[in-house]
Amino acid sequence: MRLEAREQTSAGWALAAPLLAVALTLLACAGLLVWAGAPVGRAYALLFDGAFGSRLALTETLTRATPLILTGLAVAVAFRARLYNIGAEGQLYLGALAAVAVGGLHGGSGWDLPPAVLYPLMLLAGMAAGAALLLGPAWLKLRFGVDEVVTTLLLNFIALLLVSMLLDGVMKDPLAMGWPQSVAIRDELVFAQLLERSRVHSGLLWALGAALALWALERYTRFGLAMRAVGANARAARFAGLPVKRVMLATAALSGALAGLAGVGEVAGRAGYVTLDMSPGYGYSGIVIAMLAQLHPLGVVLAALFVAGTLVGADSMSRALGVPSYLADVIVAVSLLAMLVTGLAARYRLRWS
Amino acid sequence: MWIELLGWLGQPDYWVAVLRIATPLIFGTLGVLLCERAGVLNLGIEGIMVIGAFTGWLAVHAGAGLWTGVLIAALCGAAFGALHALLTVLLGLSQHVSGLGVTLLGISLSSYAYRLSFPQVSTPPTIVPFAPMDGLGIPVLAQQTPLTLLALLAVPLLAYLLQRTPLGLALRMVGESPASAEGQGLSVLGLRCGAVIAGSALMGVAGSFLTLSAFNAFYFNMVNGRGWICVALVVFAGWRPGKALLGALLFAFCDTLQLRLQQGGHAAVPYQVYLMLPYLLSILALVVMARRAQYPQALMQPYRRGER
Amino acid sequence: MTATGAPVLRLRGIGKRFGPVIANADISLELARGEVLALLGENGAGKSTLVSILFGHYRADSGSIEAFGQPLPPGDPAAALAAGIGMVHQHFTLADNLTVLENILIGTEPLWQPFSRRRAALARIHDTAARFGLAVDPAARVARLSVGEKQRVEILKALYRGARVLILDEPTAVLTPQESSALFATLKELVAEGLSIIFISHKLDEVLAVSDRVAVLRGGRLVAERAVAETSKAELATLMVGREVKLPQRALSVPGPLRLRLRGVRVDGHGAQPRLDGVDLEVHGGEIVAIAGVSGNGQAALAELLCGLCAASAGRVELDGRPLPADPAALLALGVGRIPEDRTGIGTIGDLPVWQNAILERWRSPRFSRWGLLRRGAARAFTQQLVAAGDVRLGSIEQPARGLSGGNLQKLVLGRALDGEPGLIIAQQPSWGLDIGAVAAVHERLLAARARGAALLLISEDLDEVFALADRIAVMSHGQLGPARPGAEWTLASLGLAMAGARHDAA
Repeated sequence: MRLEAREQTSAGWALAAPLLAVALTLLACAGLLVWAGAPVGRAYALLFDGAFGSRLALTETLTRATPLILTGLAVAVAFRARLYNIGAEGQLYLGALAAVAVGGLHGGSGWDLPPAVLYPLMLLAGMAAGAALLLGPAWLKLRFGVDEVVTTLLLNFIALLLVSMLLDGVMKDPLAMGWPQSVAIRDELVFAQLLERSRVHSGLLWALGAALALWALERYTRFGLAMRAVGANARAARFAGLPVKRVMLATAALSGALAGLAGVGEVAGRAGYVTLDMSPGYGYSGIVIAMLAQLHPLGVVLAALFVAGTLVGADSMSRALGVPSYLADVIVAVSLLAMLVTGLAARYRLRWS
Repeated sequence: MWIELLGWLGQPDYWVAVLRIATPLIFGTLGVLLCERAGVLNLGIEGIMVIGAFTGWLAVHAGAGLWTGVLIAALCGAAFGALHALLTVLLGLSQHVSGLGVTLLGISLSSYAYRLSFPQVSTPPTIVPFAPMDGLGIPVLAQQTPLTLLALLAVPLLAYLLQRTPLGLALRMVGESPASAEGQGLSVLGLRCGAVIAGSALMGVAGSFLTLSAFNAFYFNMVNGRGWICVALVVFAGWRPGKALLGALLFAFCDTLQLRLQQGGHAAVPYQVYLMLPYLLSILALVVMARRAQYPQALMQPYRRGER
Repeated sequence: MTATGAPVLRLRGIGKRFGPVIANADISLELARGEVLALLGENGAGKSTLVSILFGHYRADSGSIEAFGQPLPPGDPAAALAAGIGMVHQHFTLADNLTVLENILIGTEPLWQPFSRRRAALARIHDTAARFGLAVDPAARVARLSVGEKQRVEILKALYRGARVLILDEPTAVLTPQESSALFATLKELVAEGLSIIFISHKLDEVLAVSDRVAVLRGGRLVAERAVAETSKAELATLMVGREVKLPQRALSVPGPLRLRLRGVRVDGHGAQPRLDGVDLEVHGGEIVAIAGVSGNGQAALAELLCGLCAASAGRVELDGRPLPADPAALLALGVGRIPEDRTGIGTIGDLPVWQNAILERWRSPRFSRWGLLRRGAARAFTQQLVAAGDVRLGSIEQPARGLSGGNLQKLVLGRALDGEPGLIIAQQPSWGLDIGAVAAVHERLLAARARGAALLLISEDLDEVFALADRIAVMSHGQLGPARPGAEWTLASLGLAMAGARHDAA
């Protein structure tokens, strides 16, 4: 038995691969449900119901999907240029911090600017903060050949400690009674509610817009071509006269900015302030989402809905059946590994000999 | 402050702490080193350490002996290593992504299993960890547990294995030039799988040190990036076991220092700054060494036989 | 030499396909003890595939192999080694970071033995090396060895594990003529000791010089077997190519104005030794200047320099009297066409569609983008035209470039480089690894560019190509470039001496 490269990646398999990966994942995780003594069919039904079965479930899933779409895009665009950004988690937190720094009450910027100015400023600050955190490792990679995987991973811890420090210090909310929580952003800057009686906010529109924009960028612009060329073969791209380093840095900035925007959305759209447990690993889930989407920006939206649905659905299933909600994290992790394997089928065919 | 520092260095306690902090790093770094020498990046280490910490502790909590706990941690680590080897060596998939997947799986599975086994506990259940080797008679070492001694012994052992035995030569060869190894009738895939599995077992032991020796219970975030630091330390060590030991000790020295400074209560500096130091130090080590580093030449290159 | 007794190797009906490509079809061969058998054939004739099957790298689709009367299990290099078959690959399979000793020792001791018998091994290596004239330092790191030394290590490695049959895959491709002679002397020694040798080559002269018997492969089939004593160069050439070879017609050219000028150019490397040192060179419009030399003597640095990938650390590089920028994009803007040696790794991007590869060098040009947006229609039309003009055979311009065969890929690269009639063309090994039809097409296009007045610098290790195309030839050795003299003033012998590093005036 051996693998033989297909001459052209199979379009059918490219579509089927993520679905097959999800199916395999649910099959594998059924074992965990059995271990927990839960009825498998009912558990999955409850999970699905909790994710998409009611208006409340659906809106919660959409709310969860908002940051996940953005971190998924952040990872997808970076991976496309073969920049392994594992630091979306930290970039998200820095984006959130920057949003509060600009738009926060009390310890915030304190700038007496009209909301129409402050609002875009808040978005830009969040994106700039996220971008800055990735530009560092990208620069180290280009300048010194330092593997960006490890540096971005380590920066996640540093970013979280920075958040913790600021929440203890200058950004501490004096009214929070000792909870490590930042000051809240001004009411004028809070993202609009998109659906009544729900937590869905206009950040979702930003996320969907970003997915569309990224798709168009990759497909229709010459920067998109440069990005793919650099990612596929940097030496050949350099030979052809492409500014490889600039493209890498621009991609890093774009990727970091998307993750930063996710942080802004979480502050301005959902929480209103920064906490230390604001992201239950959205940055890491972004990697899974990007891989499930095979780095396709529109696929990211679907993959983010799957992951968000799993997280939300598992919560409600857990309440009903007493299965630990960590099952959702296992499902997400397994689906990444399963996707790697099924993705192989798009590029190779199995030959028996 | 400098006088204070000198005072600390004079205390055996300081060095006891250094060695304790270094122990999981030594195991983990050796594990990463073994994988990478054979040409496979193993970013699963973070999750494998969590698995080792959890399973080792769980076994002891369920009544097994401490050494059985270590063994189980090693076996579970090896099992996750086998998964990584299957994906990266046999199927030739991205070592970066597979490693991260293994890490996510290790962490989430431990959390799930822990919650399932202890649904309602508010304080983590404890075990009786390894005792110091009081009878040993060597000052700082006598206050360590046998696992630390094992870590220190593993360093020359691995160095000897890699440099002086046919197996070690074969492992290095598959990390440098898999085609030559195969040309000489060696199984590249077999050797790489073996290295990843054995290296992952070491990572599992690294994790078990945390629950069976350094602490006496399992906490969710107890590994806290130590795995990633090991990956950085291997680059710093230039893939040499001796230098890996040195790197781990140097790192532990700085970590101990920051802990002392933290306790020293220089209130002007927030404690988070001290906590950041280990991570910043790791990045610095990478930057300093990256230019000089002599990477195993086939690192991260999947090997497929007969593919043109 | 007399071949006696039962054959040491017997191949029966070997067949192998890679997808749609037939690499080997029904090949049956025998090798006698003490015999040198040459496998002769063009690039792509199936020689390498055949020996890879023999050595177990590939598994044949059909057929069987017997070694010393015993069937050889397929697809298992370990079994081939155990049967006494040793192989020296064209691309050496040595680990650069390990020592010579370690490279030889690998795989010779039981894997689980807790120690390594290095002293005994050293003694045996010295012994073997002395017997066959294969001097190397066992403690040296392989990265520091010369190409000839590395080859000696490869042969030692095979002998060390008791090879009785030695397969050499294009062993002279990387050697100077003088180093080749030394190798041939070693081979004679080996045969005298009763070893058998399979020698792969596409060079007729050396085949006639060293072998006893020749097997000619063409298109994956064995088309002829001849005893060397009973054949001729002309017959072998016809058998190998299967048709008459048409040499491209070279019209006389009148050199035009000076285009490219290098004065005292130096390019530093990582070590103490500069990659290029004191290089002087002039190339005029309407002429082809060839740089000949053994691989690894600074040609790569020269190509990188002239393709804008690196800068000179000393000296001047001028194009039309102005300094040549060390930036591929700026170079392209000045009208320099570049044909890289490595068309799959550097020349094209396998994952991208053909049309995107075609416009890659002009990605910013207003022809193909406006306001940052790609003009996909214009790009596709341009590619169609390029494909039609260059006779590139492909399914669709949407297919990834990696699906193209070597010849078609090279035609694409050539079309891209020659588009817009560049005034200076840097061609590095432009016909390497192509079949003879594609070679002719490439040469024709380069000569056509010369005819319209372009200045061409040809960097090539293929002396046939150098003689076929060049108006003037200069030889590169150890990073230094000899004077460029008219092609007629060179002979193969003088070229060989110069390549080996002899001073020109001594030749």
